[in-house]
Amino acid sequence: MTPYLYVLPAFLVYGLFLLYPLIRAGQFSLYDWPGFGPSEFVGPGNYVDLLGDRRFRDAVGHALTLIVFYSILPLVVGLVLAAILRRGRVRGLGFFRVVIFMPQVIALVVVAVAWHQIYSPTGLLNDVLRALGLGELARGWLGDPNLALPAVGMIGFWLSTGLVMLLLLAGMGRIPNDLYEAARLDGAGPVREFFAISLPSVKAEITTALVLTIIAALKTFDLVYVTTSGGPGTATTVPSYEVYNRAFNLKEVGSASAVAIVLTVLVFGINVVISRIGEERVVGR
Amino acid sequence: MRVGTGEKVLNYVILVLFAAYALFPILTIALTALGPQNGVTEPGPHWTNIADAWRIGDFGAALTRSLLVAALVVTVALTLSILAGYAFGTMRFPGSTVLFYLFLLGLMVPAEAIVIPLFFDLRTLGLTDTIWAVAFPQIAQSVAFGTFWMRAQFRALPPNLVEAAAIDGAGGMRTLWRVVVPPSLPSIATVAVLMFMWTWNEFLIPLIMSPGAQWRTAPLGLAIFKGQYTADNALIAAAGVIIAAPIIVVFLLLQRYFITGMLEGAAQE
Repeated sequence: MTPYLYVLPAFLVYGLFLLYPLIRAGQFSLYDWPGFGPSEFVGPGNYVDLLGDRRFRDAVGHALTLIVFYSILPLVVGLVLAAILRRGRVRGLGFFRVVIFMPQVIALVVVAVAWHQIYSPTGLLNDVLRALGLGELARGWLGDPNLALPAVGMIGFWLSTGLVMLLLLAGMGRIPNDLYEAARLDGAGPVREFFAISLPSVKAEITTALVLTIIAALKTFDLVYVTTSGGPGTATTVPSYEVYNRAFNLKEVGSASAVAIVLTVLVFGINVVISRIGEERVVGR
Repeated sequence: MRVGTGEKVLNYVILVLFAAYALFPILTIALTALGPQNGVTEPGPHWTNIADAWRIGDFGAALTRSLLVAALVVTVALTLSILAGYAFGTMRFPGSTVLFYLFLLGLMVPAEAIVIPLFFDLRTLGLTDTIWAVAFPQIAQSVAFGTFWMRAQFRALPPNLVEAAAIDGAGGMRTLWRVVVPPSLPSIATVAVLMFMWTWNEFLIPLIMSPGAQWRTAPLGLAIFKGQYTADNALIAAAGVIIAAPIIVVFLLLQRYFITGMLEGAAQE
Protein backbone atom coordinates (compact mmCIF):
# COMPACT_ATOMS: atom_id res chain seq x y z
CA MET A 1 0.00 0.00 0.00
CA THR A 2 1.31 3.44 -0.79
CA PRO A 3 1.63 6.21 1.79
CA TYR A 4 -1.10 8.15 0.02
CA LEU A 5 -3.67 5.48 0.82
CA TYR A 6 -2.91 5.84 4.53
CA VAL A 7 -3.37 9.60 4.36
CA LEU A 8 -6.41 9.52 2.08
CA PRO A 9 -9.24 8.78 4.58
CA ALA A 10 -8.01 11.44 7.01
CA PHE A 11 -7.56 13.92 4.21
CA LEU A 12 -11.02 13.28 2.76
CA VAL A 13 -12.78 14.04 6.05
CA TYR A 14 -10.46 16.93 6.81
CA GLY A 15 -10.83 18.39 3.34
CA LEU A 16 -14.61 18.02 3.15
CA PHE A 17 -15.45 19.25 6.65
CA LEU A 18 -12.73 21.79 7.35
CA LEU A 19 -10.76 23.01 4.32
CA TYR A 20 -13.71 23.18 1.93
CA PRO A 21 -15.98 25.04 4.40
CA LEU A 22 -13.15 27.49 5.04
CA ILE A 23 -12.93 28.23 1.31
CA ARG A 24 -16.72 28.46 1.15
CA ALA A 25 -16.68 30.98 4.02
CA GLY A 26 -14.32 33.11 1.93
CA GLN A 27 -16.74 32.80 -1.00
CA PHE A 28 -19.83 33.58 1.15
CA SER A 29 -18.12 36.71 2.43
CA LEU A 30 -18.26 38.23 -1.07
CA TYR A 31 -22.07 38.05 -1.28
CA ASP A 32 -25.09 39.64 0.33
CA TRP A 33 -27.34 36.77 1.38
CA PRO A 34 -30.01 36.48 4.08
CA GLY A 35 -29.62 32.67 4.29
CA PHE A 36 -32.39 31.85 1.79
CA GLY A 37 -33.41 32.91 -1.70
CA PRO A 38 -31.15 34.73 -4.16
CA SER A 39 -27.79 36.24 -3.27
CA GLU A 40 -26.07 39.29 -4.65
CA PHE A 41 -22.35 39.53 -5.42
CA VAL A 42 -20.84 42.53 -3.64
CA GLY A 43 -17.11 41.80 -3.98
CA PRO A 44 -15.19 43.18 -0.99
CA GLY A 45 -18.28 45.16 0.06
CA ASN A 46 -18.86 43.27 3.30
CA TYR A 47 -15.28 43.90 4.40
CA VAL A 48 -15.50 47.58 3.53
CA ASP A 49 -18.71 47.79 5.56
CA LEU A 50 -16.95 46.25 8.55
CA LEU A 51 -14.48 49.14 8.61
CA GLY A 52 -17.27 51.59 9.35
CA ASP A 53 -19.28 49.16 11.50
CA ARG A 54 -19.42 50.40 15.07
CA ARG A 55 -20.60 47.06 16.44
CA PHE A 56 -17.77 45.21 14.75
CA ARG A 57 -15.13 47.70 15.91
CA ASP A 58 -16.49 47.37 19.44
CA ALA A 59 -16.25 43.58 19.15
CA VAL A 60 -12.61 43.74 18.08
CA GLY A 61 -11.84 46.20 20.88
CA HIS A 62 -13.48 43.88 23.39
CA ALA A 63 -11.45 40.95 22.07
CA LEU A 64 -8.26 42.96 22.66
CA THR A 65 -9.40 43.75 26.21
CA LEU A 66 -10.13 40.08 26.77
CA ILE A 67 -6.58 39.23 25.63
CA VAL A 68 -5.29 41.28 28.56
CA PHE A 69 -7.39 39.19 30.95
CA TYR A 70 -6.84 35.81 29.25
CA SER A 71 -3.15 36.16 28.40
CA ILE A 72 -1.19 39.12 29.73
CA LEU A 73 -2.34 39.12 33.36
CA PRO A 74 -2.14 35.30 33.68
CA LEU A 75 1.37 35.43 32.20
CA VAL A 76 2.54 37.99 34.76
CA VAL A 77 0.91 36.21 37.70
CA GLY A 78 1.96 32.80 36.38
CA LEU A 79 5.59 33.87 35.99
CA VAL A 80 5.82 35.22 39.53
CA LEU A 81 4.12 32.20 41.09
CA ALA A 82 6.08 29.68 39.03
CA ALA A 83 9.37 31.37 39.91
CA ILE A 84 8.55 31.30 43.61
CA LEU A 85 7.51 27.65 43.42
CA ARG A 86 10.62 26.71 41.43
CA ARG A 87 12.84 28.43 43.95
CA GLY A 88 11.21 26.55 46.82
CA ARG A 89 11.50 23.26 44.90
CA VAL A 90 8.11 22.03 46.04
CA ARG A 91 7.83 18.25 45.82
CA GLY A 92 4.66 16.26 45.35
CA LEU A 93 2.85 18.84 43.26
CA GLY A 94 0.54 16.00 42.17
CA PHE A 95 -2.60 16.87 44.11
CA PHE A 96 -2.29 20.60 43.46
CA ARG A 97 -1.66 20.03 39.78
CA VAL A 98 -4.91 18.08 39.45
CA VAL A 99 -6.90 20.77 41.27
CA ILE A 100 -5.30 23.65 39.35
CA PHE A 101 -6.06 21.84 36.10
CA MET A 102 -9.73 21.37 36.87
CA PRO A 103 -10.94 24.59 35.11
CA GLN A 104 -9.47 23.31 31.82
CA VAL A 105 -11.56 20.18 31.86
CA ILE A 106 -15.04 21.48 32.60
CA ALA A 107 -17.30 22.56 29.75
CA LEU A 108 -17.27 26.34 29.27
CA VAL A 109 -21.06 26.29 29.47
CA VAL A 110 -20.85 24.98 33.02
CA VAL A 111 -18.12 27.51 33.84
CA ALA A 112 -20.35 30.25 32.44
CA VAL A 113 -23.32 29.08 34.51
CA ALA A 114 -21.18 29.02 37.67
CA TRP A 115 -19.85 32.55 37.16
CA HIS A 116 -23.24 33.84 36.08
CA GLN A 117 -24.51 32.84 39.53
CA ILE A 118 -21.43 34.23 41.31
CA TYR A 119 -21.92 37.61 39.60
CA SER A 120 -25.70 37.77 40.05
CA PRO A 121 -27.22 40.47 42.33
CA THR A 122 -27.78 37.84 45.03
CA GLY A 123 -24.61 35.90 44.19
CA LEU A 124 -21.45 35.02 46.08
CA LEU A 125 -19.44 38.08 45.04
CA ASN A 126 -22.04 40.51 46.39
CA ASP A 127 -22.46 38.40 49.55
CA VAL A 128 -18.73 38.70 50.18
CA LEU A 129 -18.75 42.44 49.53
CA ARG A 130 -21.65 42.92 51.96
CA ALA A 131 -19.92 40.77 54.57
CA LEU A 132 -16.86 43.01 54.24
CA GLY A 133 -18.99 46.09 54.78
CA LEU A 134 -18.64 47.11 51.12
CA GLY A 135 -22.34 46.63 50.40
CA GLU A 136 -22.56 49.84 48.35
CA LEU A 137 -20.31 48.20 45.72
CA ALA A 138 -22.73 45.29 45.29
CA ARG A 139 -24.49 45.16 41.94
CA GLY A 140 -25.48 42.84 39.08
CA TRP A 141 -22.00 42.68 37.61
CA LEU A 142 -22.92 41.30 34.22
CA GLY A 143 -25.72 43.86 33.82
CA ASP A 144 -23.46 46.88 34.34
CA PRO A 145 -22.38 48.29 30.94
CA ASN A 146 -18.98 49.36 32.29
CA LEU A 147 -18.21 46.28 34.33
CA ALA A 148 -19.68 43.44 32.26
CA LEU A 149 -16.61 43.14 30.01
CA PRO A 150 -14.06 43.05 32.87
CA ALA A 151 -16.37 40.58 34.63
CA VAL A 152 -16.27 38.27 31.59
CA GLY A 153 -12.52 38.93 31.45
CA MET A 154 -12.08 37.74 35.01
CA ILE A 155 -13.63 34.42 34.00
CA GLY A 156 -10.94 34.19 31.34
CA PHE A 157 -8.29 35.06 33.91
CA TRP A 158 -9.59 32.26 36.11
CA LEU A 159 -9.50 29.84 33.16
CA SER A 160 -5.99 30.71 31.97
CA THR A 161 -3.87 31.38 35.02
CA GLY A 162 -3.54 27.80 36.31
CA LEU A 163 -2.66 26.43 32.88
CA VAL A 164 -0.11 29.19 32.26
CA MET A 165 1.49 28.71 35.67
CA LEU A 166 1.81 24.94 35.22
CA LEU A 167 3.27 25.37 31.73
CA LEU A 168 5.87 27.80 33.05
CA LEU A 169 6.61 25.65 36.09
CA ALA A 170 7.22 22.64 33.82
CA GLY A 171 9.67 24.77 31.82
CA MET A 172 11.46 26.05 34.89
CA GLY A 173 11.67 22.50 36.24
CA ARG A 174 13.98 21.71 33.32
CA ILE A 175 16.51 24.38 34.35
CA PRO A 176 19.54 22.67 35.92
CA ASN A 177 20.00 23.39 39.62
CA ASP A 178 23.68 24.31 39.09
CA LEU A 179 22.58 27.50 37.40
CA TYR A 180 20.66 28.61 40.48
CA GLU A 181 23.44 27.50 42.82
CA ALA A 182 26.03 29.44 40.86
CA ALA A 183 23.80 32.51 40.93
CA ARG A 184 23.34 32.21 44.67
CA LEU A 185 27.07 31.82 45.22
CA ASP A 186 27.44 35.07 43.31
CA GLY A 187 25.03 36.57 45.79
CA ALA A 188 22.06 36.96 43.44
CA GLY A 189 18.74 37.59 45.20
CA PRO A 190 15.40 36.22 44.07
CA VAL A 191 14.75 39.14 41.72
CA ARG A 192 18.05 38.90 39.86
CA GLU A 193 17.74 35.14 39.79
CA PHE A 194 14.34 35.55 38.13
CA PHE A 195 15.51 37.92 35.40
CA ALA A 196 18.89 36.25 34.81
CA ILE A 197 17.89 32.59 34.86
CA SER A 198 14.20 31.72 35.15
CA LEU A 199 12.75 34.17 32.63
CA PRO A 200 15.17 33.57 29.71
CA SER A 201 14.90 29.80 30.16
CA VAL A 202 11.15 29.66 29.61
CA LYS A 203 10.89 31.62 26.38
CA ALA A 204 9.39 28.64 24.59
CA GLU A 205 6.82 28.11 27.35
CA ILE A 206 5.88 31.79 27.32
CA THR A 207 5.31 31.56 23.57
CA THR A 208 3.12 28.49 24.00
CA ALA A 209 1.16 30.07 26.83
CA LEU A 210 0.55 33.25 24.85
CA VAL A 211 -0.58 31.48 21.70
CA LEU A 212 -2.94 29.15 23.57
CA THR A 213 -4.51 31.85 25.71
CA ILE A 214 -4.79 34.51 23.01
CA ILE A 215 -6.56 32.04 20.74
CA ALA A 216 -8.83 31.11 23.65
CA ALA A 217 -9.58 34.82 24.18
CA LEU A 218 -10.44 35.29 20.49
CA LYS A 219 -12.73 32.27 20.55
CA THR A 220 -14.78 33.35 23.58
CA PHE A 221 -18.10 32.24 22.19
CA ASP A 222 -19.64 29.91 24.76
CA LEU A 223 -18.95 32.23 27.70
CA VAL A 224 -20.48 35.28 26.05
CA TYR A 225 -23.43 33.33 24.64
CA VAL A 226 -24.37 31.97 28.06
CA THR A 227 -23.49 34.87 30.37
CA THR A 228 -24.42 38.05 28.47
CA SER A 229 -25.37 37.35 24.81
CA GLY A 230 -23.06 40.25 24.01
CA GLY A 231 -24.94 42.71 26.24
CA PRO A 232 -25.86 44.88 27.95
CA GLY A 233 -26.20 46.70 24.62
CA THR A 234 -23.00 45.74 22.84
CA ALA A 235 -20.84 45.89 25.98
CA THR A 236 -19.49 42.35 25.75
CA THR A 237 -19.88 41.36 22.12
CA VAL A 238 -16.80 39.75 20.54
CA PRO A 239 -15.98 38.73 16.93
CA SER A 240 -16.86 35.07 17.48
CA TYR A 241 -20.24 36.08 18.90
CA GLU A 242 -20.74 38.51 16.00
CA VAL A 243 -20.27 35.63 13.52
CA TYR A 244 -23.16 33.77 15.14
CA ASN A 245 -25.28 36.85 15.72
CA ARG A 246 -24.98 38.12 12.15
CA ALA A 247 -25.60 34.76 10.49
CA PHE A 248 -28.47 33.51 12.62
CA ASN A 249 -30.10 36.49 14.33
CA LEU A 250 -29.60 39.30 11.82
CA LYS A 251 -29.69 37.03 8.71
CA GLU A 252 -26.59 38.69 7.25
CA VAL A 253 -24.71 35.60 6.16
CA GLY A 254 -22.22 37.51 3.98
CA SER A 255 -21.26 39.91 6.73
CA ALA A 256 -21.02 37.03 9.22
CA SER A 257 -18.66 35.20 6.88
CA ALA A 258 -16.52 38.32 6.49
CA VAL A 259 -16.20 38.54 10.28
CA ALA A 260 -15.33 34.82 10.36
CA ILE A 261 -12.58 35.32 7.79
CA VAL A 262 -11.19 38.35 9.66
CA LEU A 263 -11.20 36.28 12.86
CA THR A 264 -9.34 33.44 11.13
CA VAL A 265 -6.76 35.83 9.72
CA LEU A 266 -6.30 37.33 13.20
CA VAL A 267 -5.72 33.89 14.73
CA PHE A 268 -3.24 32.97 11.98
CA GLY A 269 -1.44 36.30 12.26
CA ILE A 270 -1.09 36.15 16.02
CA ASN A 271 0.16 32.57 15.81
CA VAL A 272 2.79 33.48 13.24
CA VAL A 273 3.95 36.68 14.94
CA ILE A 274 4.28 35.20 18.42
CA SER A 275 5.91 32.03 17.12
CA ARG A 276 8.42 34.14 15.16
CA ILE A 277 9.24 36.12 18.26
CA GLY A 278 9.56 32.94 20.30
CA GLU A 279 11.44 31.23 17.44
CA GLU A 280 9.46 28.11 18.15
CA ARG A 281 6.67 26.64 16.11
CA VAL A 282 3.60 26.38 18.25
CA VAL A 283 0.14 25.20 17.49
CA GLY A 284 -3.03 24.92 19.48
CA ARG A 285 -6.55 23.95 18.72
CA MET B 1 20.49 23.60 47.31
CA ARG B 2 19.05 24.62 50.66
CA VAL B 3 15.59 25.98 50.91
CA GLY B 4 14.56 27.81 54.05
CA THR B 5 11.54 26.71 56.08
CA GLY B 6 9.96 30.11 55.55
CA GLU B 7 10.18 29.70 51.81
CA LYS B 8 8.71 26.19 51.99
CA VAL B 9 5.76 27.47 53.99
CA LEU B 10 5.26 30.34 51.54
CA ASN B 11 5.15 27.83 48.70
CA TYR B 12 2.45 25.78 50.30
CA VAL B 13 0.47 28.88 51.18
CA ILE B 14 0.57 29.92 47.53
CA LEU B 15 -0.45 26.48 46.35
CA VAL B 16 -3.33 26.18 48.81
CA LEU B 17 -4.65 29.65 47.98
CA PHE B 18 -4.36 29.02 44.28
CA ALA B 19 -6.07 25.65 44.53
CA ALA B 20 -8.90 27.29 46.48
CA TYR B 21 -9.20 29.94 43.77
CA ALA B 22 -9.35 27.29 41.04
CA LEU B 23 -11.99 25.33 42.93
CA PHE B 24 -14.33 27.99 44.28
CA PRO B 25 -16.59 28.41 41.23
CA ILE B 26 -16.81 24.63 40.96
CA LEU B 27 -17.66 24.29 44.64
CA THR B 28 -20.14 27.16 44.39
CA ILE B 29 -22.07 25.35 41.71
CA ALA B 30 -21.92 22.05 43.58
CA LEU B 31 -23.23 23.70 46.77
CA THR B 32 -25.94 25.62 44.92
CA ALA B 33 -26.98 22.39 43.23
CA LEU B 34 -27.68 20.86 46.64
CA GLY B 35 -29.21 24.01 48.09
CA PRO B 36 -32.93 24.79 48.36
CA GLN B 37 -34.99 25.48 45.24
CA ASN B 38 -36.99 28.71 45.17
CA GLY B 39 -39.62 28.69 47.89
CA VAL B 40 -38.14 25.68 49.69
CA THR B 41 -37.23 26.28 53.32
CA GLU B 42 -36.16 22.88 54.70
CA PRO B 43 -32.44 22.56 55.25
CA GLY B 44 -30.42 20.59 52.65
CA PRO B 45 -28.64 18.89 51.13
CA HIS B 46 -31.36 18.52 48.53
CA TRP B 47 -30.21 15.57 46.46
CA THR B 48 -33.59 15.52 44.73
CA ASN B 49 -32.54 18.67 42.81
CA ILE B 50 -30.37 16.49 40.62
CA ALA B 51 -33.29 14.18 39.87
CA ASP B 52 -35.61 17.14 39.22
CA ALA B 53 -33.17 18.80 36.82
CA TRP B 54 -32.56 15.47 35.10
CA ARG B 55 -36.29 14.98 34.53
CA ILE B 56 -37.26 18.55 33.59
CA GLY B 57 -34.31 19.06 31.25
CA ASP B 58 -34.50 15.52 29.82
CA PHE B 59 -30.77 15.15 30.44
CA GLY B 60 -30.83 11.38 30.08
CA ALA B 61 -31.45 11.81 26.36
CA ALA B 62 -28.96 14.70 26.04
CA LEU B 63 -26.21 12.71 27.76
CA THR B 64 -26.91 9.69 25.56
CA ARG B 65 -26.56 11.89 22.46
CA SER B 66 -23.33 13.37 23.84
CA LEU B 67 -21.97 9.90 24.45
CA LEU B 68 -22.88 8.71 20.94
CA VAL B 69 -21.35 11.78 19.29
CA ALA B 70 -18.19 11.49 21.40
CA ALA B 71 -17.88 7.75 20.67
CA LEU B 72 -18.23 8.37 16.94
CA VAL B 73 -15.78 11.29 16.90
CA VAL B 74 -13.12 9.55 18.98
CA THR B 75 -13.20 6.20 17.12
CA VAL B 76 -13.21 7.66 13.63
CA ALA B 77 -10.79 10.51 14.33
CA LEU B 78 -8.38 8.25 16.19
CA THR B 79 -8.34 5.60 13.46
CA LEU B 80 -7.84 8.14 10.67
CA SER B 81 -5.14 9.97 12.66
CA ILE B 82 -3.19 6.78 13.35
CA LEU B 83 -3.26 5.85 9.65
CA ALA B 84 -2.22 9.31 8.47
CA GLY B 85 0.32 9.75 11.27
CA TYR B 86 1.87 6.40 10.31
CA ALA B 87 2.46 7.60 6.75
CA PHE B 88 3.77 11.02 7.80
CA GLY B 89 5.88 9.63 10.62
CA THR B 90 7.52 6.60 9.05
CA MET B 91 7.43 6.98 5.25
CA ARG B 92 8.98 9.34 2.75
CA PHE B 93 6.85 10.38 -0.19
CA PRO B 94 6.62 13.34 -2.56
CA GLY B 95 4.31 16.06 -1.29
CA SER B 96 4.38 14.84 2.31
CA THR B 97 5.60 18.17 3.67
CA VAL B 98 2.96 20.21 1.87
CA LEU B 99 0.22 17.77 2.87
CA PHE B 100 1.35 17.80 6.48
CA TYR B 101 1.35 21.60 6.60
CA LEU B 102 -2.14 21.53 5.20
CA PHE B 103 -3.20 19.45 8.22
CA LEU B 104 -1.36 21.83 10.56
CA LEU B 105 -3.38 24.69 9.12
CA GLY B 106 -6.49 23.04 10.52
CA LEU B 107 -5.17 23.46 14.05
CA MET B 108 -5.56 27.21 13.71
CA VAL B 109 -8.92 27.45 11.94
CA PRO B 110 -11.56 28.50 14.47
CA ALA B 111 -14.85 26.59 14.38
CA GLU B 112 -16.57 29.96 13.92
CA ALA B 113 -15.05 30.17 10.45
CA ILE B 114 -16.45 26.90 9.16
CA VAL B 115 -19.86 26.48 10.82
CA ILE B 116 -21.73 28.92 8.59
CA PRO B 117 -20.96 27.25 5.24
CA LEU B 118 -21.27 23.82 6.87
CA PHE B 119 -24.73 24.69 8.13
CA PHE B 120 -26.07 26.05 4.84
CA ASP B 121 -24.44 23.41 2.64
CA LEU B 122 -25.51 20.50 4.82
CA ARG B 123 -29.00 21.97 5.11
CA THR B 124 -29.23 21.94 1.31
CA LEU B 125 -28.29 18.25 1.43
CA GLY B 126 -30.87 17.64 4.17
CA LEU B 127 -28.19 16.55 6.61
CA THR B 128 -28.58 19.06 9.42
CA ASP B 129 -30.06 17.58 12.61
CA THR B 130 -28.24 14.30 12.02
CA ILE B 131 -25.42 12.84 14.11
CA TRP B 132 -23.20 13.13 11.01
CA ALA B 133 -23.58 16.91 10.81
CA VAL B 134 -22.67 17.25 14.48
CA ALA B 135 -19.84 14.71 14.47
CA PHE B 136 -17.99 15.11 11.17
CA PRO B 137 -16.86 18.74 11.56
CA GLN B 138 -15.48 17.72 14.95
CA ILE B 139 -13.84 14.63 13.44
CA ALA B 140 -12.12 16.94 10.94
CA GLN B 141 -10.82 19.17 13.76
CA SER B 142 -9.67 16.20 15.80
CA VAL B 143 -8.02 14.59 12.77
CA ALA B 144 -5.92 17.72 12.24
CA PHE B 145 -4.66 17.54 15.79
CA GLY B 146 -4.46 13.74 15.89
CA THR B 147 -2.40 13.48 12.70
CA PHE B 148 0.03 16.07 14.04
CA TRP B 149 0.24 14.23 17.37
CA MET B 150 0.58 10.67 15.99
CA ARG B 151 3.23 11.74 13.49
CA ALA B 152 5.37 13.12 16.32
CA GLN B 153 4.86 9.92 18.33
CA PHE B 154 5.70 7.56 15.44
CA ARG B 155 8.76 9.58 14.46
CA ALA B 156 10.06 9.27 18.00
CA LEU B 157 10.01 5.44 17.78
CA PRO B 158 13.40 3.79 17.18
CA PRO B 159 13.77 3.71 13.35
CA ASN B 160 15.08 0.14 13.30
CA LEU B 161 11.82 -1.05 14.84
CA VAL B 162 9.89 -0.31 11.66
CA GLU B 163 12.76 -1.41 9.37
CA ALA B 164 13.15 -4.74 11.16
CA ALA B 165 9.45 -5.44 10.73
CA ALA B 166 9.69 -4.61 7.03
CA ILE B 167 12.64 -6.99 6.60
CA ASP B 168 10.67 -9.74 8.33
CA GLY B 169 8.16 -9.32 5.55
CA ALA B 170 5.38 -7.80 7.63
CA GLY B 171 3.19 -5.70 5.34
CA GLY B 172 2.42 -2.05 6.00
CA MET B 173 -0.82 -2.60 7.88
CA ARG B 174 0.61 -5.45 9.93
CA THR B 175 3.66 -3.40 10.85
CA LEU B 176 1.39 -0.58 11.93
CA TRP B 177 -0.91 -2.59 14.22
CA ARG B 178 1.64 -5.17 15.47
CA VAL B 179 4.83 -3.11 15.72
CA VAL B 180 4.12 0.61 15.70
CA VAL B 181 0.88 0.89 17.69
CA PRO B 182 1.65 -1.24 20.79
CA PRO B 183 4.57 0.86 22.10
CA SER B 184 2.57 4.01 21.29
CA LEU B 185 -0.49 3.12 23.35
CA PRO B 186 0.07 5.69 26.14
CA SER B 187 0.36 8.43 23.54
CA ILE B 188 -2.74 7.13 21.73
CA ALA B 189 -4.62 7.11 25.04
CA THR B 190 -3.62 10.73 25.64
CA VAL B 191 -4.94 11.94 22.32
CA ALA B 192 -8.11 9.85 22.72
CA VAL B 193 -8.77 11.47 26.10
CA LEU B 194 -8.25 14.96 24.66
CA MET B 195 -10.56 14.24 21.72
CA PHE B 196 -13.23 12.94 24.09
CA MET B 197 -12.98 16.03 26.29
CA TRP B 198 -13.16 18.47 23.37
CA THR B 199 -16.15 16.69 21.89
CA TRP B 200 -17.98 16.34 25.18
CA ASN B 201 -17.56 20.05 25.91
CA GLU B 202 -18.16 21.39 22.37
CA PHE B 203 -20.90 23.97 22.16
CA LEU B 204 -20.89 25.94 18.91
CA ILE B 205 -20.95 23.04 16.43
CA PRO B 206 -23.95 21.17 17.88
CA LEU B 207 -25.69 24.53 18.44
CA ILE B 208 -25.49 25.38 14.74
CA MET B 209 -25.65 21.94 13.17
CA SER B 210 -28.73 20.79 15.05
CA PRO B 211 -31.19 23.67 14.78
CA GLY B 212 -34.14 21.32 15.34
CA ALA B 213 -32.52 20.03 18.52
CA GLN B 214 -32.63 16.31 17.56
CA TRP B 215 -28.87 16.15 18.16
CA ARG B 216 -28.59 18.69 20.91
CA THR B 217 -25.73 17.51 23.12
CA ALA B 218 -25.52 17.94 26.90
CA PRO B 219 -23.77 21.37 27.09
CA LEU B 220 -26.45 22.79 24.79
CA GLY B 221 -29.10 21.16 26.91
CA LEU B 222 -27.73 23.14 29.84
CA ALA B 223 -27.77 26.47 27.97
CA ILE B 224 -31.34 25.91 26.80
CA PHE B 225 -32.40 24.66 30.23
CA LYS B 226 -31.07 27.85 31.80
CA GLY B 227 -32.73 30.07 29.24
CA GLN B 228 -36.10 28.39 28.79
CA TYR B 229 -37.03 25.83 31.39
CA THR B 230 -36.24 27.45 34.67
CA ALA B 231 -34.86 30.48 36.46
CA ASP B 232 -34.22 28.42 39.57
CA ASN B 233 -30.55 28.66 40.49
CA ALA B 234 -30.52 25.35 42.34
CA LEU B 235 -31.94 23.48 39.34
CA ILE B 236 -29.59 25.21 36.87
CA ALA B 237 -26.62 24.38 39.08
CA ALA B 238 -27.84 20.79 39.40
CA ALA B 239 -27.95 20.57 35.61
CA GLY B 240 -24.40 21.95 35.50
CA VAL B 241 -23.28 19.21 37.86
CA ILE B 242 -24.93 16.60 35.64
CA ILE B 243 -22.98 17.86 32.58
CA ALA B 244 -19.65 18.33 34.35
CA ALA B 245 -19.64 15.18 36.47
CA PRO B 246 -18.81 12.64 33.72
CA ILE B 247 -15.80 14.59 32.47
CA ILE B 248 -14.54 15.24 36.01
CA VAL B 249 -14.75 11.52 36.79
CA VAL B 250 -12.86 10.67 33.59
CA PHE B 251 -10.31 13.37 34.41
CA LEU B 252 -9.72 12.09 37.94
CA LEU B 253 -9.31 8.53 36.66
CA LEU B 254 -7.04 9.42 33.73
CA GLN B 255 -5.42 12.62 35.03
CA ARG B 256 -1.97 11.56 33.88
CA TYR B 257 -3.07 11.45 30.25
CA PHE B 258 -4.99 14.73 30.44
CA ILE B 259 -2.15 16.64 32.03
CA THR B 260 0.61 15.26 29.78
CA GLY B 261 -1.56 15.94 26.77
CA MET B 262 -2.42 19.49 27.67
CA LEU B 263 0.92 20.56 29.12
CA GLU B 264 3.44 18.89 26.87
CA GLY B 265 1.68 17.91 23.71
CA ALA B 266 -1.34 20.00 22.92
CA ALA B 267 0.83 23.04 23.13
CA GLN B 268 4.08 22.18 21.57
CA GLU B 269 6.10 19.90 19.41
